[in-house]
Amino acid sequence: MNPQVAIIGTSQTKFEADKGYEDIPETVFKVVQQAMAEAGIDRDDLDSIVTSSVDLWDGRTASNQMLADVVGSIMKPESRVAGDGLGAAFQGMLAILAGASEITLIVSQCRGSMGAHYEISNWVFDPIYQQPLGLDYLSAGALQANHYMKQFGISQEDCARVVIKNRRDAQNNPYAQVVKETTVEEVMGSPMWAYPIKEMDAAPVSDGACAVVLASRDKAKALSKEPVWILGAGSCLDSHYLGDRNLAGGDALIKASNAAYGMAGISDPLKELDVAEVSSAFSYQELLWTELMGFCDRGEGARILKKGQTSLGGALPVNPSGGMIAGNPVTVAGLTRLVETVSQVRGEAGVRQVRGARTALAHGTTGCCGQGQYVMIVGN
Amino acid sequence: MGKRVAIIGTGQTNHCSSREDVNEMELVYEAASAALKDAEMTIAEIDAVVLANMELFEGRALPDMWCGEGGGAFMKHSFKISTGGTSGTSGAISGYYHAASGLFDRVMVVGFEKHSDGNTSAGMALTDPFWDRHIAAAAIGNFALSVSEYMVDRGVTEEQSAKVAVKARRNACNNPHAHLQMPDLTIKDVLESPMLAYPVHRLEMCPQSDGACAIIFASEEIAKKRCPRPAWVRAAVTRHDHIYLGEVKNRLSTMRSLREAARVAYETVGIKEPLKEFDVAEIYDPLTYAEIAWYEALGFCENGEGAGMIDDGITLMDGELPVNPSGGVISTNPVGASGTIRVAEAALQIHGRGGKRQIPDVNLALATGYGVYCWSDVVILSSRPD
Repeated sequence: MNPQVAIIGTSQTKFEADKGYEDIPETVFKVVQQAMAEAGIDRDDLDSIVTSSVDLWDGRTASNQMLADVVGSIMKPESRVAGDGLGAAFQGMLAILAGASEITLIVSQCRGSMGAHYEISNWVFDPIYQQPLGLDYLSAGALQANHYMKQFGISQEDCARVVIKNRRDAQNNPYAQVVKETTVEEVMGSPMWAYPIKEMDAAPVSDGACAVVLASRDKAKALSKEPVWILGAGSCLDSHYLGDRNLAGGDALIKASNAAYGMAGISDPLKELDVAEVSSAFSYQELLWTELMGFCDRGEGARILKKGQTSLGGALPVNPSGGMIAGNPVTVAGLTRLVETVSQVRGEAGVRQVRGARTALAHGTTGCCGQGQYVMIVGN
Repeated sequence: MGKRVAIIGTGQTNHCSSREDVNEMELVYEAASAALKDAEMTIAEIDAVVLANMELFEGRALPDMWCGEGGGAFMKHSFKISTGGTSGTSGAISGYYHAASGLFDRVMVVGFEKHSDGNTSAGMALTDPFWDRHIAAAAIGNFALSVSEYMVDRGVTEEQSAKVAVKARRNACNNPHAHLQMPDLTIKDVLESPMLAYPVHRLEMCPQSDGACAIIFASEEIAKKRCPRPAWVRAAVTRHDHIYLGEVKNRLSTMRSLREAARVAYETVGIKEPLKEFDVAEIYDPLTYAEIAWYEALGFCENGEGAGMIDDGITLMDGELPVNPSGGVISTNPVGASGTIRVAEAALQIHGRGGKRQIPDVNLALATGYGVYCWSDVVILSSRPD
C-alpha cells in the first residue's frame, strides 16, 4: 500500500531541568511556529490539532485548554490524547486516513519539573492493590530490571554501557539536557535508587515540547519536496497488574512492532531499519525493548550493544540522539523520538546523523514498565 | 476519503452519585460488557479501544492503564482522550476515525467517570492559576456569570429555565440508567432548591454521577452484517474556542464553537432545517440555561426564541423535536462518559432500542458535546449510510 500520511514539519525544544524562565504556552508557541515554518504553512492551513499532555503532570484540569491560542486551535478541531506524544501522532494519522483532516498539527508538552515525577507515577497504579504498596515508575522499573536481568544473565555493567553510549551520543545532540560522558565505574558508583537501578541508569526529568505537522498524501506532495512518510504504525496495551505480565518479556511491544513492520513490509528489522529511537527511561529498557522489537534474539540486547551494532556506525544505531537519557520530558518522549527519526531520514541530524538513513523506527511507551507501546516506522 | 462507519452497539451502566458496589475498572467493564451484548459480539472481535475520562476528578494519573483492561483493551491498540466535558464525544469521534481510517474494523469507545472517588469541584477549580482560578473557578462560578449575562441578553426567565429541569428529570424516569429520576418535580421545587451561585439553583445544574458508557463502531461490511439497523456516522465535527472568561462576550448567547461545529456538520449532511429534519437530539446540557442557549446555537430556532421552544413544548417527548429523551446531562453526568452517552442515546434511538424513551421512527439524530465553553462536538447519525 502506498503510504498515505507524511510528516512535513517537525520541531523540538532544548530539554532542560527547569524551563521556569518561560510559561508552558510560550514554550509550545515556539515549537508550533518552528514546525509550521518548516512545513511552509501557517495557521489557516491547519485542519486539525492533536495535543498530548497529562493533567496530573500539569497540575491543572483539562490542561490542554491553555494551549488553545498557541496551537492555533481557535475555531478549529482540537483533541487531546492524554498519554505519550506518539499516541497523539497516531490519532492525527487516523484523522487523516479517515478523511477528516488534510493537515494536522501534533503537539506534545510536559513540565517534569512542575511536579514530583515519581510520586505522580505512583498514582498511575490501581488504587486498590498496587498504589498503596508505593509502587512507582522507579520501583516497578527495578522489579522489571531484576526479572529481565536474572532471566537473561544481564549484568549491571551491561546496563551501564547503555548509559555510556547514550551520554556519549547526547554530546552530538543540541537539544539534549546537559549530560556528561561517563564510564562504567562512574555509573556503577552512582547512588543506588532501587536495586539494580542507580541514579545514572535513570533518565533525568525534563521540561520540553515537540511539534510535528502531518499531511495527507496530496497535501504532502504539494507542500513538501521531501516528505517523510509514515510507512507503518502499531500500538498495543498490556495488562496493568505487574503480576499478570511477563515483565522480562513484553507481548505488547512484540505485537505493536509486528503490526508496524507488517504495514511497512519489514521482515528483518536489524537489516531493513537504518536507525531506531526508543523510549527507555532506564538503561535496562533500551536492551529489553530492542530485543522485543526483534533487533536481536531475546537476551542478546547487551551483546549487540557491546559489539557496537547499536552504536553510531553499527548495523542499527539505537538512540543516536542520546535517547531519554539526554532528556525526559515524560509524555513528550515518544514524539521526540519521532522528530529525531524524521531528521535522520532527511539527513539533517548533524553530527548525530546516521549515514544514508532511509528507514527509521520511533518508539513510545506509556504507563509503567512498557504497559502501553507505540511503534511508528518512517521513511523517505 | 474515509470509509463508511456505523454504530452497531451501545451499553451503559446504571448511574448514581456513588457506585460503591464497583471500582472504576469494574464500572468500565460493566459498560463495555453491555455494549458487546447489545452488538452480539465478543471482546475478541474488537480491534481497538478508545477510552475517555477526566483523570483529575479521581486524582488518578493515566487511568486508562488500570481501567483499560475493564474495557477489554488488553493486547489491543488503545489510548485515552481527555478534553474536559467533550471527552466522551471526542472519544467517540476518535473511535469513528479509527474505523473510518480502514486500519480497524471494530472499535469500542468507553467513556467513564467515578466522581465519588475524588473531589470534582476541586478538580474543576484547577484551571488557569493566574486569572480564572481566583474569580470563577469550576462550573458553578463560570455559569453564574455567563447565565446572568445570557438572561439579560435574551430575557430568559427563571421559570423558563426551571421548565427545562422538569422536562429533563421527568424524561429520566423513562431511562433505567438515569441518575436523577424525578417524576413529580415541579417548577416551584426547582426554584426553591438552594441557590448555588446566583442565578443558578441546585436543581438547574447537572449532578455528578458515577458511570460509564460504551459504543461499538464498525466498518460498513461488518455493520451491515451484524446490525439490523445500523446508526451511520454522517458527520463528526469539533471546534475549539478561547478559554479565558473575558475573551468571548456573552458566551452562552454566542457559543461560537457550537455554532461553527453545527454549521459544518449540517453542511456535510445537507441539513437546512434542523428542527424539521432531526427526529431527536441528545445535547450536552450542563445546566438548564445552556439547553435553551444550545437550541439557538444549533439553529432549532432564531436567537432569543430558545426559551419559547420550551414554553411551547416543542422539545418535549411528544413535541416536534424531542431533546434529551434520556434526561440529558442535567439528569446524569459522569463527565468523561456524558458525551459518550449523548452519542450512544442518539444511536439507540436509530437502532430502535430506546425502550420507554424511544421516539417513533428515528432516521436522523443529533448528539453534541460541550467542554468548559472551549470545545464543542457535533455528531450526526442516520439510519441511511448516505
